[in-house]
Amino acid sequence: MVDEAAPSGPAARRAAVWRVAGTVVDPEIPVLTIVDLGVLRDVAIRGETAEISITPTYSGCPAMNMIALEISLAVEKAGLGPVTVRTVLSPAWTTDFLTDDGRRKLKDYGIAPPAPAAGRRALFGVETVACPRCGSTDTGEIAPFGSTSCKSLWRCNACREPFDYFKCH
Amino acid sequence: MEEDMALANMGLDLIGQARALYTHAAEIEDAGHDEDQLAYLRDERAYGNLLLVEQPNGDFAQTMVRQFLYAAFIDPYWRLLTGSADATLAAIAAKAEKESAYHLRHSAEWVIRLGDGTAESHRRARAAIARLFPYTNEMFDVPADEDVLAAEGLVPDPAALRAVWRDTVSDVLGRATLALPEGGWMQSGGRDGRHSEHLGPLLAELQFLQRSFPGATW
Repeated sequence: MVDEAAPSGPAARRAAVWRVAGTVVDPEIPVLTIVDLGVLRDVAIRGETAEISITPTYSGCPAMNMIALEISLAVEKAGLGPVTVRTVLSPAWTTDFLTDDGRRKLKDYGIAPPAPAAGRRALFGVETVACPRCGSTDTGEIAPFGSTSCKSLWRCNACREPFDYFKCH
Repeated sequence: MEEDMALANMGLDLIGQARALYTHAAEIEDAGHDEDQLAYLRDERAYGNLLLVEQPNGDFAQTMVRQFLYAAFIDPYWRLLTGSADATLAAIAAKAEKESAYHLRHSAEWVIRLGDGTAESHRRARAAIARLFPYTNEMFDVPADEDVLAAEGLVPDPAALRAVWRDTVSDVLGRATLALPEGGWMQSGGRDGRHSEHLGPLLAELQFLQRSFPGATW
């Protein structure tokens, strides 16, 4: 068991920082941590400083600044600072980075997880999205751009409930 | 309401893409600038954007046709740019091409809905095509200083996209019962800093704060 308050050596500190940083959640979808999302890329210990790399989900995602701030706060609060957060672009984030755990949490939260990316580039592709509540695939898209960049709005024809779908990217 | 959300979503994507490119440009320039200075402090003649994207919103048909004509070009352009010899450009492109695919699909669906809709929506969509088509040829021109970049494999040659763009536009306009304009007069100059009268007012609004209160921050 590593003592998080006083980790000894860079390897232990790195693991402790990773664990604390990994508790930060997406401000728009608070059931997902940045580990579930695949946003937390790397932790490196450089001298005194813990350097944390995150990757943006979407080019204009306004949650990134918030996530970077919360990581700094969480790590410093745990006594593991000082810390810098940097953004890495490559390889570009895709919904394939979502962990299986993350997909299950999304569904439990009422958001349909992204379907495999097949047909995304087809000009008029037809996607099959299962309702996160009743599981029916008798669903239809209401609006391709939803309340955040990552979601579209759908309706289930079986249970009649509207729901969010985490779009494939 | 849904369309308000969609336009804001697409705008957010485009701003994000612009920020990534400006940040990268400022790093390469290495003259102490950042993304904000490139956006807020350059004069009109220093902007090399396409004339198409500075055209006014007009009515909804004009907004959507403009979005469609641009998306049909930039979507395959981003995809080619993912093969850039510059790793950062390739990474920006890999993100942007996923976003532009949605923009293309959404604007194409609207062009079809408007063109193949009522007599009034058809008339407006047709007017928008006529108004904007002269600005489309410029997308395939290579600016004087960019052929070097293409030769080094940093950016694709846009002329290679002419056929794929035309296929997409022809397919969608066909479904929309709208005619694809043939030939006709074409306007250019945006890539060389010679703009239409519409960029000035846009920049005035964008740059007002930094011009009036230099160095202001949140």
